[in-house]
Amino acid sequence: MQMTVTNLACARGGLQVLAGVSFTLASGQVLVVRGSNGAGKTTLLRTLAGLTPPLSGGIGVLPEAIAYAGHADGLKVQLTVAEHLRFWAGIFGTRGGQTAIDSFDLAGLLDRRAGTLSAGQRRRLGLARLLVTGRPLWCLDEPTTSLDAANTARLIRAVTAHLKGGGSAIIATHSNLDLPTGQILDITPFVAKSLPRDDPFGDGAFA
Amino acid sequence: MRGLLLRELVLAVRAGGGFGLGLAFFLIVTVLVPFGVGPETETLALIAPGVLWVGALLACLLSLDRVFQPDWEDGSLDLLATSPLPLESLAAGKALAHWLTTGLPLAVAAPVLGLILNLSGPGGLWLMLSLAVGTPALSAIGTFGAALTVGLRRGGLLLSLLVLPLYVPTLLFGALVVTRAAGGQDPVPPLVLLAGVTLATLAAMPFASAAALRVNLR
Amino acid sequence: MALSAVLLPWVSAMAAMCLALGLVWGFFFTPDDFRQGATVKIIYLHVPAALMAVNAWLMMLVTSLIWIIRRHHVSALAAKAAAPVGLVFTMIALFTGAVWGQPMWGTWWAWEPRLTAFLILFLFYLGYMALWNAIDLPDSAADLTSVLCLVGSVFALISRYALIFWNQGLHQGATLSLDAEQNIADVYWYPLIICIAGFGFLFLALVLYRTRTEIQARRLKALIARDRAV
Repeated sequence: MQMTVTNLACARGGLQVLAGVSFTLASGQVLVVRGSNGAGKTTLLRTLAGLTPPLSGGIGVLPEAIAYAGHADGLKVQLTVAEHLRFWAGIFGTRGGQTAIDSFDLAGLLDRRAGTLSAGQRRRLGLARLLVTGRPLWCLDEPTTSLDAANTARLIRAVTAHLKGGGSAIIATHSNLDLPTGQILDITPFVAKSLPRDDPFGDGAFA
Repeated sequence: MRGLLLRELVLAVRAGGGFGLGLAFFLIVTVLVPFGVGPETETLALIAPGVLWVGALLACLLSLDRVFQPDWEDGSLDLLATSPLPLESLAAGKALAHWLTTGLPLAVAAPVLGLILNLSGPGGLWLMLSLAVGTPALSAIGTFGAALTVGLRRGGLLLSLLVLPLYVPTLLFGALVVTRAAGGQDPVPPLVLLAGVTLATLAAMPFASAAALRVNLR
Repeated sequence: MALSAVLLPWVSAMAAMCLALGLVWGFFFTPDDFRQGATVKIIYLHVPAALMAVNAWLMMLVTSLIWIIRRHHVSALAAKAAAPVGLVFTMIALFTGAVWGQPMWGTWWAWEPRLTAFLILFLFYLGYMALWNAIDLPDSAADLTSVLCLVGSVFALISRYALIFWNQGLHQGATLSLDAEQNIADVYWYPLIICIAGFGFLFLALVLYRTRTEIQARRLKALIARDRAV
């Protein structure tokens, strides 16, 4: 499966933040998105995942192929780890539960409620959800936040295994991850300077 | 969809007061009314249908701002929106869960509260029936209101302002069923109309809710 | 915008002229009704205001649909502009109705279908405007209020029939319908028509004014944002 993004323009909060983003991502490949705070990494990932409609340009992959993991892990403090994984497996119609548990070392935590987990443990549960989705393209937004070295290594192993299985991944991060076959997309040149889009009357038609 | 429903119910039970809170509120409203109106049994029996219906309606309103707001805050709404579950099903599932945790308990408890307001004999039965038929519409409309206001600061207050006018037909027909039954008239015509409103609402509202959610997520 | 600039003075002038003519004619040069006395003359405010209150909602419905289908920005802003105007007309209709109802029906207020329907319309306007105010992003606000307007319209219609079922009315039958055999007498009819036209022009002028203001506010906001970004 290959993803071809052409001339993509994204908006956040009614303002255009990115324009002319283009890249190609083949299966088995990883794309690391770089850019300073506020450059639009999250906006790009949300647009790719189909949450925010693009202003223009093509994505070339349906949102149905994409598993999205944002800043927030989407955990319910009242539900246990096992219940979370079971819920998402039910929603996605998959049964990848055991690999998810093994990859992020959650076996000892299965009966704990998410409210009692530490920040790192919560993040691991949030990432384990990706394996449950069974989707080929992962969109990860700052996945290493609150992970220690051992668990960052687990994440890298999980991503590597995912790539070996023919999947691909887009990762927005500030840290240097030891990933195989990575290409890097620095979005700084795409940051839209010809602001703002918030002027539908700027064409003079209603001047 | 079944998984979603199960999750919502478990959350409602574990969050404490999912079932209980609305019901307790309903009880308190019903108990307070005689203090305001006076203890004359005839007066109470006369206003009982309206009081019980309005009380049930307010109890429904109470938990509406928790329909989408927690999912929005912890990010699971984003994740659900990118899942294979259509937003329409999500809205329908949320409405159903809301009804199971508020509307249904209210309908079951209402005849007992009807007794303390001196609602006459057949009135209690028809009250339960009309609430059972009418409250699904309240949940569906409320879910739409919650979808409109998710992510807004002070959305709860706005939610009531938006949703209450939409409750008018349901309230009118629902209270009319009980009034007629208690007064010895035929309660079936308004009940049929109430069912009509509910069915139309259930059919249309998930789509409106999904449209609103889509706008609020981007 | 250019078109509306040309139109606006004319529409405003028409509104002023029709209102002046209709109201003066109606108030001073028509006979008192043999049953209702001089109070009947409030009809020249009550009926047109009520008509415009409903028309404003209809206009919001149409412009909301245009926004959803064609995503024309002026349309969304026109819907936004019409809401407060409709709200004020609704208030006028309710107020003059109360003033008229007191001597005629012996009560300021009755829970009667048409009155109650207007009260609900009033609440719809309030909710609609509150939703516009609560959302920061103009496009999202336009989308959400449009959806609310559509859903609200359907419920307004259902409520109308529910109210008729609920309680039969005190209002006199339709006085203006074309098929009614016995319409109101011509002496009242002509000034009333002029008043309705005047209110129509007034509504148009106010909506045009407000829409222009909204467009300029949008432009201003965009310019400020651009300045800040550079």
